[in-house]
Amino acid sequence: MSAPTFPHGRLIGKLAAIVVASFAFGFALVPLYDVFCAVTGFNGKTEGSRTVGGFSLGGFGADAGPPSRIDRSRTVTVEFTGTVMPGLPWEMRPLTFSLELHPGEMQLVKYLVRNTSARAVTGQAVPSVTPGQAAQHFDKIECFCFRQQTLAPGESREMPLAFIVKPEIGEDIRHVTISYAFFGVAPVRAAADRE
Amino acid sequence: MSYAPTAPHDTQHDGHTPSGLLRWLTTTNHKDIGTMYLLFSLLMFFVGGAMILAVRAELFQPGLQLMQPEFFNQLIGVHALVMIFAALMPAATGFANWQIPLMIGAPDMALPRINNLGFWLLPPAALLLTLPFLLAVFGVGDGAVATGWTLYAPLSVQGGLGVDFAILALHIFGISSILGSINIIVTIFNLRAPGMTMMKLPIFCWGWLITAFMLIATIPVLAGAITMLLTDRHFGTHFFNAGGGGDPILFQHLFWFFGHPEVYILLLPLWGLMPHVLATFSRKPIYGYKAQVYAFIAIGVLSVIVWAHHIFTAGLPVPALLYFMYSTMAISVPLAVLFFCWIATMWRGAMSFETPMLFAQGFIVLFGVAGLTGLVLADVAADAQYHHSYFVVAHFHYALFAGGIMGVMTGVYYWLPKWTGHMIDERLGKLHFWLTIVSFNLAFMPQFFVGLAGMPRRIPDYALQFAEFNAISTVGAFILGFSQLLFAYNVWKCMRGGEKAAGRAWEGADGLEWELASPPPHHSWETPPAIR
Repeated sequence: MSAPTFPHGRLIGKLAAIVVASFAFGFALVPLYDVFCAVTGFNGKTEGSRTVGGFSLGGFGADAGPPSRIDRSRTVTVEFTGTVMPGLPWEMRPLTFSLELHPGEMQLVKYLVRNTSARAVTGQAVPSVTPGQAAQHFDKIECFCFRQQTLAPGESREMPLAFIVKPEIGEDIRHVTISYAFFGVAPVRAAADRE
Repeated sequence: MSYAPTAPHDTQHDGHTPSGLLRWLTTTNHKDIGTMYLLFSLLMFFVGGAMILAVRAELFQPGLQLMQPEFFNQLIGVHALVMIFAALMPAATGFANWQIPLMIGAPDMALPRINNLGFWLLPPAALLLTLPFLLAVFGVGDGAVATGWTLYAPLSVQGGLGVDFAILALHIFGISSILGSINIIVTIFNLRAPGMTMMKLPIFCWGWLITAFMLIATIPVLAGAITMLLTDRHFGTHFFNAGGGGDPILFQHLFWFFGHPEVYILLLPLWGLMPHVLATFSRKPIYGYKAQVYAFIAIGVLSVIVWAHHIFTAGLPVPALLYFMYSTMAISVPLAVLFFCWIATMWRGAMSFETPMLFAQGFIVLFGVAGLTGLVLADVAADAQYHHSYFVVAHFHYALFAGGIMGVMTGVYYWLPKWTGHMIDERLGKLHFWLTIVSFNLAFMPQFFVGLAGMPRRIPDYALQFAEFNAISTVGAFILGFSQLLFAYNVWKCMRGGEKAAGRAWEGADGLEWELASPPPHHSWETPPAIR
């Protein structure tokens, strides 16, 4: 079998290369998926924080800065909701449940978050905007989801969200929901995740 | 292109072939390995079947009678994994091992030792998959993987040690499949008899060739996904953990990128087998050989770009929904070509209805039902209602039992005279066929209706209005399960003795394998046959 005339080596090499390439492709899908979702707003994903001219900006196309135009010809209703994921001993509720705004207006709302346990706990909020088409027009200017939050035992804190619904949002979207899921962050990982 | 071996590698062992267990552990003979694959597959078919009969017994009545929901969840998931990875895939590989060298005039598979390794990876993998059941009996862990075969995150990130066992088992099954696939591709490319061009290749080999390419392209993606799952579980990564910046939906995409082609991986070798059986018992040449080969290639290519139809309800945007709906429906075009060719092969033939032909025709009818109900599921608007209901369960069992298992049985009944040198017991075979086809429909047809009425899958208990249909389904499942013992008995009987089979065991059979004696000598085609 290992005679010098073994004629299959080249073909086996090519096939093995396909196997390796497919394995790598699976891992390449991880960043590709994130980029795809961020660019298209699929899956309700909004961009993380970014700093422009001293301001911490979030949202798709935030490089352009806050829009100066306010579209007073129509209004959009924004609803706020939040869930604490299992394993995180917290409670959260929005202090504003819903508000009506003109696209382009900046608004500030707060969530009340309370640590119900007797130890300090760190959490990370992950936002999701519904409908998905609205996600790329939802600019978060300041958000408690930009960084991990640590609450002392029993501590309550009002956490702010400043945002703009951009005037480019489609005329047919009159209702937008932003939902936060608060996840627990294991203490050992907290330092690494801040990188 | 073709290569004529001067000394097939294990002829030199003839003087000192080990006997007993050692022979089977060390064999590099494609016929021995094919036999082991098929017997292993038969054994695991009964293991997986026993699990689902326990599930059906629980579902006989509403309420919980026999087991707790946790154990129910373990049974359904392991049933699926066993049937897919330990029963159907090894059966197809067993066919490939036995038949491809005989059909293309090769002395053996190209890589005999890899072949041996490919088989012997399977028993440890199957053991790993089912071991947690036993460990739980002794108080270790909380049983086998309970996530269903799809291993969706975040459930699988939080699951018990059964998930780790399943991940390792799937890795080993995957390596075995990849080794088998490389072997098959190399054999078909390099070892065809002189004069056998690719377009003279028997259509069964074409089906397997496409399957093998799909395997080496998609199994590694599954391997990647479950590796990420493993590191998420134990090494602090956050691929699927939203709190750490990951995304659980990503797992669904990765899984189904493998999972959808997997369906065709299970079925393509059997689509390749059907034309041979239909042509033999219609005493006509295969109709539309080229059309079927191109249809295979088209299905292979399309299969990797349609995966998200499994996750229509996960919150995809409308443009993506439409794309995946239309691309999925496009697959029905090459499949319709196959159905047309199968029927045209029988058209005005001098048909006779031996057991393999009965199974082949049962396959065509029931697999047709699977295809048509699949079109309904591919419809984005309708899928919202059908998704995760018993309609889906019924649909994929029409595809994978009627299309998969009955396809395998077609092949076994068709080739068993060649392998053993004895004809099968026709009376027993026909009884097995009629019991199977009636009880199969009894078991699964009602599930379409309870699914439409809103019964969700993977639930151990259900609303009272579904009670009658579930009782019927359970009765059908038990008849179906126990009538498969007839099949095992028939195979055993045929191995032991019976009417001597001629080289050309079936009157209308055509192809190189029928030019050898039945059973073929231990080493066949040491001198390659001349083609035309």
